Amino acid sequence: MIRETHLNIGLVALLMAIPVWALIADEPFIITLMTRAVVFALAAVGLNIALGLGGLVSLGHAVFFGIGGYAMGILAHHAQTYTPLAEWPLLIEGTKSMPVIWLAAIIASTLAAVVIGILSLRTAGVYFIMITLAFGQMFFFFAISWSAYGGEDGLSIYVRNGFPGLNTLVPVHYFGLCLVILLAALFLNARLAKSPFGLALNAARQTPARVETVGLDPTRLKLVAFVISGAITGLAGALFADLNRFVSPTMFSWQLSGEIMIFVIIGGVGRLFGPVVGALVFVALEHLLGGLSDYWHIYLGILLLLIVLFGRGGLIGILCGRERVHD
Amino acid sequence: MTFILLAEQVLNGLQFGIMLFLMAAGLTLIFGVMGLINLAHGSLYMIGAFAAAAVAGATGSFLLALIAALAAAAAAGALVEIVVIRRLYDKDHLDQVLATFALILIFSEGTRWVFGSFPLFLNIPEALSGPITLPGGIQYPLYRITLIIVGLLVAVGLGLLITRTRIGIQIRAGENDREMIAALGIDISRLYTLIFALGAALAGLAGALVGAIQSVQVGMGEPVLILAFVVIVIGGIGSIKGALIGSLLVGLTDTLGGVFLPQLFKLVMEPSAATNLGSSLASMAIYILMGAVLIWRPTGLFGARA
Repeated sequence: MIRETHLNIGLVALLMAIPVWALIADEPFIITLMTRAVVFALAAVGLNIALGLGGLVSLGHAVFFGIGGYAMGILAHHAQTYTPLAEWPLLIEGTKSMPVIWLAAIIASTLAAVVIGILSLRTAGVYFIMITLAFGQMFFFFAISWSAYGGEDGLSIYVRNGFPGLNTLVPVHYFGLCLVILLAALFLNARLAKSPFGLALNAARQTPARVETVGLDPTRLKLVAFVISGAITGLAGALFADLNRFVSPTMFSWQLSGEIMIFVIIGGVGRLFGPVVGALVFVALEHLLGGLSDYWHIYLGILLLLIVLFGRGGLIGILCGRERVHD
Repeated sequence: MTFILLAEQVLNGLQFGIMLFLMAAGLTLIFGVMGLINLAHGSLYMIGAFAAAAVAGATGSFLLALIAALAAAAAAGALVEIVVIRRLYDKDHLDQVLATFALILIFSEGTRWVFGSFPLFLNIPEALSGPITLPGGIQYPLYRITLIIVGLLVAVGLGLLITRTRIGIQIRAGENDREMIAALGIDISRLYTLIFALGAALAGLAGALVGAIQSVQVGMGEPVLILAFVVIVIGGIGSIKGALIGSLLVGLTDTLGGVFLPQLFKLVMEPSAATNLGSSLASMAIYILMGAVLIWRPTGLFGARA
């Protein structure tokens, strides 16, 4: 058995080493693949806060991913067509600046998470799964019929948005930016888990009644977790859209919600680096198996089935054994 | 806005709703008795449609196609239950969601592998094609009327099965207390396989019937699956009556919303903006309906109090 801390340090080293190797070996495509994995990992870190800490099985996290994506798409679209986003009550222009886009993505997905969270947390268990799934579909169909921003075809952005001091068109610069954000999110996640809020949330997941008797509101704790979770996944959506320079309603699709959940499960629910392992394995499988067969989803399905049926705790669980409660 | 248009749209909504019921009934039964959330139910719908299209293509008989759809979906359902689903009953919902999501991937890609990515076509049988004239002078496709009638018959049959037969008693007992009925000497795992196959057969039937008016393709099951989820959330999970009323509500809201919301907005807005806003709102209407129902009753219209 490997100590989980050692595994985590190894993973961070791997995330840094592969792009350096790709840079030396002149394999820019590998860097793009790694960026994809890092962005997926960030989206899954978001979900892991709701799922792992809060026990909220949200099958609609693509909502936030898509909102982040469209925040980028809409702002950049207005900037590249030189049309204002809104003229009344105050003039809002489009922008090609990443920090502004990220802020917009976070604010928009936070607002959506508050509304969806308040409504969905009235229910629990299977109802919660289904209602989050249904909210995902609602946004999906809205995006399809929203013809002002491309409808079913989505929006293309000609040039990747800029970040002060970096040339985001160079793959490794953009990778570095995404990696820093992922590490920051992981740090936030680790701090959150150990904070009074995280401990209370953990208790609310296990025995809501006891949390209530000490005067805390479990629903409120879960709502805050859901909102933080949604905001992080929203930011990941903006990064993903910028990586592809394209947004479309598929970012809202329920298959994507399922995939984000798969990242968390393959790695290990509630494990800090679970989403990172899951996203890396997923992107590697997608690349390797996708090259071998058009039907690689069959193998993904079989792998997932085996992990659910026989490998509790995901890959980190298999490598490191049960979670250490006192570390 | 004429009476005939309204009547036609109401009939369309009914037909859509009743087909949703065939999906939702199986889902709600499986959840009610086994406590299992089955995302792969849409795959069984797809299997029914593909089996029907393949048999109809080979033999030219629609009746044989329907029988094949029922048999293929029931067999696939029973197989999946025995190999995979059975291991999921005592796991939590997260594991059930993932395992059945994995089944979707396997079924969808497997079907794509066997039949290819191009849609298949299933023709409406000669005897049921063409319109008929209903009272009030409404011309309406005979096949769609048949779907409504078949769906209602299945609903009645299912109701009788559950309230009047020995199997029905066992199903209802299984919902309430599975240990007790096992103690009374009923083979519970055989009962579960049977219920799962029954739900699968209903989904397969819906797939074959709807396959004749839409194209038969990979991924056709998932949109219907999600609508069926909306239906059982509105109706209350585990309740067949809730599934019926929920399906009709969803079918009518979706169909009537799509037609009349844009028209409604045209009264107060310019036409193109009205069409845009109307169709956006219409595509979200059933989810808004679901949200409203859940705010009013968090466990659905006929759900047990959680």
